Amino acid sequence: MAQAGTLEIQHLRKNYAVNGATLNVLENINLSIRPGEFITIVGASGCGKSTLLRLIIGLDTQYDGDIFLDGRRIRDTGLDRGIVFQEHRLFPWLTVRKNIETGLLNNTRFSEAEKEASVRAHIELVGLQGFESAYPHQLSGGMSQRVAIARALVNRPEVLLLDEPFGALDAFTRHFLQDELLRISSEEGITMVLVTHDIEEAIYLADRVVVMQPRPGRIRRVVDIDLPRPRPRNSEAFARYKDDLLKDFSVGEHPEEILAGNIEQPA
Amino acid sequence: MSAQESILELPAARHAGRNPVLQAGLHALRRGGAIFVFFLLWELAPRFGLVEAAFLPPISQVLATGWKLLLNGQLPQHFAASLARSAAGFALAVVTAIPLGLAIGRYRLFAQAVNPLLEMFRNTAALALLPVFILFLGIGETSKVAIVFYGCFWPILLNTITAVVTVDPLLIKSARTMGLSPVRLFRKVILPASVPTIFVGVRLAGAVSVLILIAAEMVGAKSGLGYLIIYSQYNFQVPEMFLGIVSITVVGLLINALLVALEHRLTVWKRSGGEA
Repeated sequence: MAQAGTLEIQHLRKNYAVNGATLNVLENINLSIRPGEFITIVGASGCGKSTLLRLIIGLDTQYDGDIFLDGRRIRDTGLDRGIVFQEHRLFPWLTVRKNIETGLLNNTRFSEAEKEASVRAHIELVGLQGFESAYPHQLSGGMSQRVAIARALVNRPEVLLLDEPFGALDAFTRHFLQDELLRISSEEGITMVLVTHDIEEAIYLADRVVVMQPRPGRIRRVVDIDLPRPRPRNSEAFARYKDDLLKDFSVGEHPEEILAGNIEQPA
Repeated sequence: MSAQESILELPAARHAGRNPVLQAGLHALRRGGAIFVFFLLWELAPRFGLVEAAFLPPISQVLATGWKLLLNGQLPQHFAASLARSAAGFALAVVTAIPLGLAIGRYRLFAQAVNPLLEMFRNTAALALLPVFILFLGIGETSKVAIVFYGCFWPILLNTITAVVTVDPLLIKSARTMGLSPVRLFRKVILPASVPTIFVGVRLAGAVSVLILIAAEMVGAKSGLGYLIIYSQYNFQVPEMFLGIVSITVVGLLINALLVALEHRLTVWKRSGGEA
């Protein structure tokens, strides 16, 4: 795996026009992400963390400043980036296999044999062997999310973006998929950027946690997590990081709720 | 007493679950019971003088007449004439309205602009336009196929437009992150996502095609089930008239069954296997 997947975000600024007024959603975001690094972004509602992902994936190109992926400025959506949303967004009329194959429709780099191999490898990677011909409505939330992850990875992108991917899942499934994600991250060496409002999840997964704050959306600080993996959630060191990060949310927020992941997100 | 009886019946029904034949019989009874009672009443009411048998002959007499017309070729001839007209108009509407609806739906602004006009056309009862069609196209086959086409066109068109416009934007966004080109996006996402809603229009049109055709055949035709009904009524051949009515019901049921089967095939992903 080449050391591709460097994300450079410089002086990023994003405004929305809402009823004639200008709303500053992101203000002066600067962030350098190394290849293969696992970044999590936490922040309260309206801090612009999901908007940041939308800009990186290329769904929205109206912004000031720069986002570079391996030195190239991002102008559109592309196969070098994959994304997983909170809702799996699988195509209900396609089977698991066909859904994953859809990710390859625009791929011209792979030969047919490579495509087939990639689909098979990614079904295996997310542990969905035997469910290839199931339809999305037959899958549980956790399984659907695995399909979505496989579909996002099937092009072998350099960066995988995840927008609260486990937010709608029960705690057990969430913990399980977090471990799966770490395994995939170490196996594939892909740069990961995961947005969450669950601080525990952020610490558990990340090499670095980016804390954002709203009005306007900006980076408050970046915290290195120097803990060996796997990280016991009940260890003292883990708790220290948690306490430290929770301080950022103590003013006018409800830490317990943030911890439990109960803070409402805007649509 | 009767309440007690119905309670006592329950375990029997549950036992029937183990006997496939009995279960099938109970199922048929549950599904067909009401229809059976209806035909029984139809048979008995004229026989016992509850209604004038000259106006409502027993169903057995209607069916006997049907058998006679079947053998002398009259019924197949009318049946085929009606089916051909309604199928032609309906098929024409399907092949024109769906592509047009897809095209209009893709351009949201255009769709918004023409929608009031389309709504107006749809709400202009097709039958009210029948005299206009006859004026322009005569009383031959063309005017009848044309009016069926007209009646079928609008529900299909409007549903197709709605289908395209209301495709889940999240799915479109998701497809865009996979770098799908607009053409691929349309073929792979918008089209399949639209199928269920388009079919609502197609099934509506199926019912409309029969309805309008019969009325058109009553006004000006020399064959067809609508003609059979009105002609029999003029000549006071009441069993023939009822036969025509029953035949139309059969045509309607056939068309609907066909469309349901087709829809089932196209939307197999909605319910295939497993959990309901």
